[in-house]
Amino acid sequence: MSGLAPNVAISGQPGGNGGQPLLQVSGLTKVFGGLRAVSNFEVTIRKGELVGLIGPNGAGKTTVFNMITGIYAPTAGEVWFNGTNLADLLPHQITQLGIARTFQNIRLFPNLTVLDNVRIAYHPHAGYGVMDAVLRSAHFERRERELTERAQDFLAVFNLQDRQGEIARNLPYGEQRRLEIARALAAEPKLLLLDEPAAGMNPREVATLMDLIHFIRERFDLTIFLIEHQMRVVMGICEWITVMDFGEIIARGTPAEIQSDPKVIEAYLGRGASELSQRLRQKRSHVT
Amino acid sequence: MDAKVTRDTRSSRLPANLLRLAPSTWGFLATMLIVFVAVQLAISERVLNSFWETIIRQGAVMAIVSLGLNLIYGFNGQFSLGQWGFYAIGAYAAADVTWRWDQAHSASGLVVLFLLVGLAGVWFWFLSRQLARVARVDALTAFTLYLVGMIVVAFVAIYLGQVLTEPVAAVLGVLPPGLAMQVVFVLAVLLAGALAAEVSFLFGLPVLTLGSDYFGIATLGFTIIVKVLLDNSDTMLGFAEMKGARGMVGIPQLTSWAWVFGFLVLTVIVVRNLLHSSTGRAIVSVREDEIAAKAMGIDVARYKNFTFVLGSLLAGIAGGLYAHINGFLHPDTFNFIKSFDPMIVVVFGGLGSVTGTLVASFAWALMLEGVLRLFLPQGFETWRFVVYPLLLLIMMLLRPKGLLGTFEAPFLRQVLPPARRPAVSENGPRVEAPTAAGSVLPNAADPAEGQGG
Repeated sequence: MSGLAPNVAISGQPGGNGGQPLLQVSGLTKVFGGLRAVSNFEVTIRKGELVGLIGPNGAGKTTVFNMITGIYAPTAGEVWFNGTNLADLLPHQITQLGIARTFQNIRLFPNLTVLDNVRIAYHPHAGYGVMDAVLRSAHFERRERELTERAQDFLAVFNLQDRQGEIARNLPYGEQRRLEIARALAAEPKLLLLDEPAAGMNPREVATLMDLIHFIRERFDLTIFLIEHQMRVVMGICEWITVMDFGEIIARGTPAEIQSDPKVIEAYLGRGASELSQRLRQKRSHVT
Repeated sequence: MDAKVTRDTRSSRLPANLLRLAPSTWGFLATMLIVFVAVQLAISERVLNSFWETIIRQGAVMAIVSLGLNLIYGFNGQFSLGQWGFYAIGAYAAADVTWRWDQAHSASGLVVLFLLVGLAGVWFWFLSRQLARVARVDALTAFTLYLVGMIVVAFVAIYLGQVLTEPVAAVLGVLPPGLAMQVVFVLAVLLAGALAAEVSFLFGLPVLTLGSDYFGIATLGFTIIVKVLLDNSDTMLGFAEMKGARGMVGIPQLTSWAWVFGFLVLTVIVVRNLLHSSTGRAIVSVREDEIAAKAMGIDVARYKNFTFVLGSLLAGIAGGLYAHINGFLHPDTFNFIKSFDPMIVVVFGGLGSVTGTLVASFAWALMLEGVLRLFLPQGFETWRFVVYPLLLLIMMLLRPKGLLGTFEAPFLRQVLPPARRPAVSENGPRVEAPTAAGSVLPNAADPAEGQGG
C-alpha cells in the first residue's frame, strides 16, 4: 500500500473489525493489444468492509472484476484472496474459494426456473455423484431434498418464493437483479463483487437496492466490493471508494473525500467543471 | 397435480425402494411395457412385416443416437455434427466383435476391444488425476499425453489379446452357442459404446475449447475422417473383414425388438435421472450462459467434455445395435450428409425435450424411411436430401422450438417442489418475513417493480 494517492490511510480504518485483509490486489495490469485497459490497480479490502469502485465509462472497472474472478488473466500483478494467490486458478475454482459476483448486464440462466438458477449455485456443494443421480440412491434423494429446501428458504429471504417456478427471463427487471444477487449469495461467498447493480434502475428501485445491499451485508456477514456508475449509490453506502479513469487509480478515500476531489470531478464532468467547482469552493472559503 | 404427487411420495416414507416410485414413474413403466408387448405381439403375429419391423427398430436406434445428440446440443448447447462419426465407430467396432465370434469362431475381437477399452479407461483415469494436480494444463498438451498413452494401450491390448483369446473362447464355449452369441453381442454393443466414448473424450479435449460454430465444423470434420477411414478399412486399418467401401457383410442379425427397446428405455431413464440432478443443472447452465456458470463455480470445460462423452457413448451403443439390424454395414450409411439425420430429429422434436426426441425419432423412421420410401417412386432416396433441408427450413420458420417445444411427458418432467412459505398466512399481505427481509424488500408480486429498465 505504498506510494499511492495522499489519502492512503486505508489500513488505519475506523471501526474495522480486526482488519484481516480479505482481498489484496497489487500492480494489477491488463493490456489488450495496444490498449492498457487497467494499469497498476491496487486495492486492499478488509473483512466486513463495503468498498466502492467508481469511474466513467471505459475506465476499466469491469476489467478489474474480470481479473479478480479469473475470467481474464492479468498481464501483470497479483491478486491474493484470504491468503491464496489466485494467479493460477480457474474462474470456477475462485468462486469455490469464496468470491461470487453479479454482472453489469444481468447474466441469469434465462430459460431456467428461478429455483434452478439458485440451485445451480449449490452445485459445488451438492455432495453426490453422477452414479448417485442415475441410480436415484437414497443418498441422492436426501441431499437433493436438502439442497432444494435450502434454495427455497433462500428465495424466501429475497421474497422470491412465489416465483420459484417462473422462467428467469420472464421476471421483471428489478426481480432479475434481485435473483442474480440471491444466486451469487447462494454460492456462499465471503466476498461479493457487484458490478453496477443499479444499472438501468429508476430512483425507487435504486433505493430498494441500497436497502437490499445493507441487508445482505449484515445478514450474510459479507464483504462487498461494488462497481457503480451512479455516484448517489456509492456515496450512500460505501465506506471506502476507489476512483478509476483510463485504467488508472486517480483517487481513493472516504465518500466525502472523493466528492471534493478535483481529479474525480474532472474525470466525471471535464476539466472546466473541476475548475469551476474549485473556484466555487475557494469563494466559499473566502466568505466563511 | 405433479406437485401434489411429489408431496405424497415424500410424506409416505416407505422402506421398499420400488414402492417409493412416484405415480408418474409407474405410468412410464406401464406405458413402456404396453408399447413393448403390443409391438412384440404385432411382430410375432406377423401383423408387421419385416420391412416395418426393421423401420421400428431403426426408429428406436435413432432415438438413442438423438438422445445423445440432444444432450450435447439441446442441453449442453454444443452444436455437434460428430454424433454420426461416433455412431459409425460403435457400429463397426461391435460388428467386428460379433463377426469374428460368429464367422471365425474367435473371441479375439471381444478380448482386444475389452482390453483396449478397459486399459484406456484406466489410463484416462490415472492421467486425469495426475493432471488435476498441475495448474492450468494446456488442452493440447493434455490431449497429446492422453493420445500417446492410448496408442501404447492399443498395442498392449493387441498383444495381450493374442494370449487371452483362447481361454476366453473356451469359457464362452461352455455356454450354449445361442446364449454365448447373445452374451458376445451385448458385450460388443456396450464395449463399442465405451470405445466411442473414449474416442470422443480424446477428440473433445482440444476441440471443445473452440467456440460453438468452430466446434460444429471440427466435429463435421471428424465424421468425414471416420467415413474415409471406413472406406479404406481393409487397407488402411487392416481389418480385412470390413471390406472397405464394398461394405461389411455377414454380421449376425441379433438386434431384436426386445434388445433395442430395452436399451432405449434404459437410455431414457438414465438421461432423465441425470438431467434432473445437480449434474444435469450444471450441464444446462453451460448452455444458458458459460460465463455465469463459471461465476457460479461450475467447471464448464469439464461438463462440456462429460456431456460430449456421454452423448457419444449413446451414439456408440446405438451404432452397435444398428450394425446388427441388417447384418450389413456400408460406409455410405455414415456419410456426413446422413450425420444431419439426428440433428433433424433433435431440432424437430425440440432442443432440450426428451419426449420430443423420442417422438421425432419414430416419426423420422416411419415417415422418412418408411412411408416415403414405400409410396414414392424408386430413386426417391436421392430426393430425401432435398426434402430434409426443406422440412428443416419450414420447421424453423413455423415452429422454431420444435414439434413439442419444451413439453415433456409426466415422467420426464421436472417436478417443482411445493413452495415453502415460512410462517405466512395464506392470503394476507406479507408484511414481515421472519428475517425482516419483508420490510426491506418489495413483495415479489408488487407490480410497480416491473417498471424499471
